[in-house]
Amino acid sequence: MSTVFIAFQLNDATREIVDAIVDDNPGAVVEQQPAMVKVDVPSHMVIKRESIEERLGRPFDLQELQVHLITLSGNLDETDDEFSLSWAN
Amino acid sequence: MTSIDLRTVAIQPLRNTFDHIAERFGDKPASRYQEGSYRVQAEGNFHYRPSWAPQYEIFDPSRTALVMADWYSFKDPRQFYYGTYTLARAKMEENAEGAFTFVEQRGLAASFDADARATALAVLMPLRHVAWGSNTNNAAMCAYGYGTTFTQPCLYHGMDQLGIAQYLTRVGLMLGGTDALAAGKQAWVEAEAWQPLRRLVEDMMVVSDPIELYVAQNLALDGLLYPLVYRDIDTAITVKAGPTVSMLLQFQTDWFTETTKWIDATVKTMTGESAANAELVSGWFATWAARAAEALEPVAALALPDAAAAVAAVRSDLAARAAGLGITTNVSA
Repeated sequence: MSTVFIAFQLNDATREIVDAIVDDNPGAVVEQQPAMVKVDVPSHMVIKRESIEERLGRPFDLQELQVHLITLSGNLDETDDEFSLSWAN
Repeated sequence: MTSIDLRTVAIQPLRNTFDHIAERFGDKPASRYQEGSYRVQAEGNFHYRPSWAPQYEIFDPSRTALVMADWYSFKDPRQFYYGTYTLARAKMEENAEGAFTFVEQRGLAASFDADARATALAVLMPLRHVAWGSNTNNAAMCAYGYGTTFTQPCLYHGMDQLGIAQYLTRVGLMLGGTDALAAGKQAWVEAEAWQPLRRLVEDMMVVSDPIELYVAQNLALDGLLYPLVYRDIDTAITVKAGPTVSMLLQFQTDWFTETTKWIDATVKTMTGESAANAELVSGWFATWAARAAEALEPVAALALPDAAAAVAAVRSDLAARAAGLGITTNVSA
């Protein structure tokens, strides 16, 4: 099974985002690198707005992810509530 | 010829955070909110007790009847420390400023319906003084409360109330000039309709238990006042004369929604600690919510045809909210 991944710059906001991803995606593996954090998940990853908002304690627009984003792999499906990566096709 | 070998070296920091933060949350990178809030309360090495209250230390958890095993079990869900707080407010300020500019540029204040203008000024101008009362009260909670995760947001809340008083002042200046402010002050001090609320605000100023004050001001009074004025009366004015005033009250509406999250989390922590705390908070809530409802009725009557029904409705909404926070209502007022 192929993995999908997403990598962010390591900062105060992405810690909470990574926590949310880890909680919502069983099997997620976090790889800490200098100034970067990468999360691998087998076949399908979902990032939920609600989970991030809960941790940040403020409204969050999933497009804010782009500010911290370094790279990702997988087919992307984006709605107001969820940002998901998969190898569906 | 020498070759240069470039490689990445990961340097592991010797420690992720302060020891006292690691003690509480584990040894991992901590958020700025955590580092800027936990164990910041001064705890020791006080040489003198305050001469004006020698039964207490300068910072003393026994100033309130509420008993907490750990005063840092309070947490602000918004995670406000100075940086995030000022950023969040700057954003709200920008929105509010946009609304004020919109109204100014289109001359909406000048063309605003005379009756609705009179109603808006009659209700809003004396509320400057209520907001100032809340500013003072929240500063008192910060000064006499214990534990930075509780006291820090109280001070922010107090500053917000000062901002709200200033927004109300600007609404007054726009709709009625400096005369409107003077008339509001006079109504606050002399008009029959405002005296119960003024008495309530002044009585709260001499409550010496900071947690009782918190429940009275932030949950009981504001929990009724904001829905009543910034939702119901706002709607009544909008229906009559359009959304001009409503636009100028945007800050208060957004602010109430945001701060409710913090107040609810705080009260839940209080009542969840022990049955004794729940009973204490329930008693305070019953007393002050009843007084606040009574005091707000003549104010509601300035703008709403059926003030009693409007107050009863916001009161039952607040009772439902309180029940969700672990407040029991079988304590009689």
